[in-house]
Amino acid sequence: MNTHYGLTILVAEDSPVDRMLLSTIVSRQGHRVLTAANGLEAVALFEQERPQLVLMDALMPVMDGFEAARAIKAMAGDELVPIIFLTSLSENEALVRCLEAGGDDFIAKPYNPIVLQAKIKALHRLRRLQATVLEQRDLIARRNQQLLDEQRAAKAIFDKVAHAGGLDIPNVRYRQSPRALFNGDLLLAAQAPAGQMFVLLGDFTGHGLPAAIGAMPLAETFYGMTAKGHASGDILRELNGKLKQILPVEMFCCVALLDIDFHRRVLRVWNGGLPDGYLIRADGSRIALRSRHLPLGVLAPAKFDGHCETYPLQDGDRLLLLSDGVVESRNARDELFGEQRLLEVLERSAPEQLFDRIEQALAAFHGQAQDDLSLVEVTIGEPPPRATPSLAAPFEPRALDWVAEFELRADSLRTANPLPLILQVLLQTQPLRPRAGAIYTVLAELYSNALEHGVLALDSAIKRDATGFAQYYELRRQRLADLRHGHIRLRLQVHGDEAGGCLRIGIRDSGAGFDVVRVLAEDYRPAGLGGRGLRLVRQLSDSLEHDGADGLIVEFRWGARA
Amino acid sequence: MSDEHLDSAILVTLQEVMETEYPVLLDTFLLDSQERVLSLRRALASGDSEALRCAAHSFKGSCSNLGAVRLAELCFALEEMARDGRLEGAAGCVEGIEREFAIVGILFRAERQRFA
Repeated sequence: MNTHYGLTILVAEDSPVDRMLLSTIVSRQGHRVLTAANGLEAVALFEQERPQLVLMDALMPVMDGFEAARAIKAMAGDELVPIIFLTSLSENEALVRCLEAGGDDFIAKPYNPIVLQAKIKALHRLRRLQATVLEQRDLIARRNQQLLDEQRAAKAIFDKVAHAGGLDIPNVRYRQSPRALFNGDLLLAAQAPAGQMFVLLGDFTGHGLPAAIGAMPLAETFYGMTAKGHASGDILRELNGKLKQILPVEMFCCVALLDIDFHRRVLRVWNGGLPDGYLIRADGSRIALRSRHLPLGVLAPAKFDGHCETYPLQDGDRLLLLSDGVVESRNARDELFGEQRLLEVLERSAPEQLFDRIEQALAAFHGQAQDDLSLVEVTIGEPPPRATPSLAAPFEPRALDWVAEFELRADSLRTANPLPLILQVLLQTQPLRPRAGAIYTVLAELYSNALEHGVLALDSAIKRDATGFAQYYELRRQRLADLRHGHIRLRLQVHGDEAGGCLRIGIRDSGAGFDVVRVLAEDYRPAGLGGRGLRLVRQLSDSLEHDGADGLIVEFRWGARA
Repeated sequence: MSDEHLDSAILVTLQEVMETEYPVLLDTFLLDSQERVLSLRRALASGDSEALRCAAHSFKGSCSNLGAVRLAELCFALEEMARDGRLEGAAGCVEGIEREFAIVGILFRAERQRFA
């Protein structure tokens, strides 16, 4: 009668005859037997020996079987310790009490060894099943904890990469859930050396860690390139190339990029796959910033189009970007928030209340805060305080006496932006670093002035209204694409000693030239869009003059270092 | 052996299960049952129907395990009476149990002799 599995079984029975009989049956079946003559003894033995199964008489002196069963079940906790009650099956009321006390089965007197063996075997199987379930539950719990830890770690790393101070700008308002990273949402903002601000809202396909992983190189490339002064088209091309290279085919990133030039009041915008963003004028009129491109990471570099649309900006304008979590969010009744609801909110709200109204509308729609959408608003006004340049070149004394000349011909002018490179060269000169922003802005002004008004012969007078503005930039694009002749010459001269030094920038172009003296003498026109550039150059630099042979000469000077 | 008093099939099973311990089981039953009968008497004398019910219930269990079917039936009848508080017939029932136990005792002692 021996069985291959041996359990430790507790027999609790007050009648010596029954106890003896039962222990003999059970031990003959290959189990180790513990005996108790009452409930109290049974509980004590259980605590001490932790048997795997209990045969329990219901009526016993000192402590009855019901109370002992409850105590044992409580001690066993999650582990299944089957209790078989020894009782006659004739009394329903007693059976109910056995079940309520945690009994798993019954056996009636006279004991039948075969029936008892079958019951022990069945309950043992149940025990093992329960143990497996518990093991797997614990394993799942551990894995889940591990996953959460990893997500937390990934988020901590990501937050360092993604929030390098970029969003703490007074004219930026945003709403992003703490889980946004793992919904694939990404919001980045940075100020470029020339003072433009870049805002990028991205939405990776997919969820969870895979969606978050692409965010890292995206953020790093974004911050790296904006800090070095690259133009939006180049940044987008680089981001696209990087994502195309690393993301699996089914993954890509819907992105809207705002390139906001606060000084020249120009917005460049590129939208690939995100819902319409909006440029909202102070009077409430709206321009939709439509998706006109495929998302990043889809097209091969050769086919990628980083061309941005250009819009003039004015004080009080607002720019709004939102992730598809806004329009595609659903409420408890599985209704879609939808574009219509969003448009109604836009229609009804004053521009300065728009952000709050959208949040309120979403909250009202869902009845609670949603955690899978991103929303960002930029208000156009004074240029935001300039962030300290983060270009950390190692400090080494450099020879401060050199001249460099560049001549950029048509092919270069058409395809390349030389300014980031030039800025890198200049920033090797330690005393110039604190003025990196001003130098970059001046270089950008001089360069675009030479390119647009010189080489491309565009008249800034066209830019007097919004239609003219768009026309101007379209004309610029066309003429640049068709450019076959022409050049810009840049001459950089740095000279310095312990007493101080000077950077001298000379720029000349192949265009017909223009009357700088007249342009500079014109009255300041706050509403106009032309002529402002040179005034800005004069403000930011230490001198601006015009020399017939060298073209425009700008100087930055510094005194002795402390 | 009379099947009216003892269930011979149960006794065969008991011998198989207990092997050499079979006579010890019988001795234990005889000794324990004297105690049980005494506690029935005591409960009856004090008129404590709950104590009477428990004692009858417990005795019934070991009787049925040992195949003393008639004795188990009498205990069951007494247990029912005690549960319903019908103590008027209980004295007669206890006497019946004592008589039956005397017979079972003789039969078990004979059984025990066979294995001595």
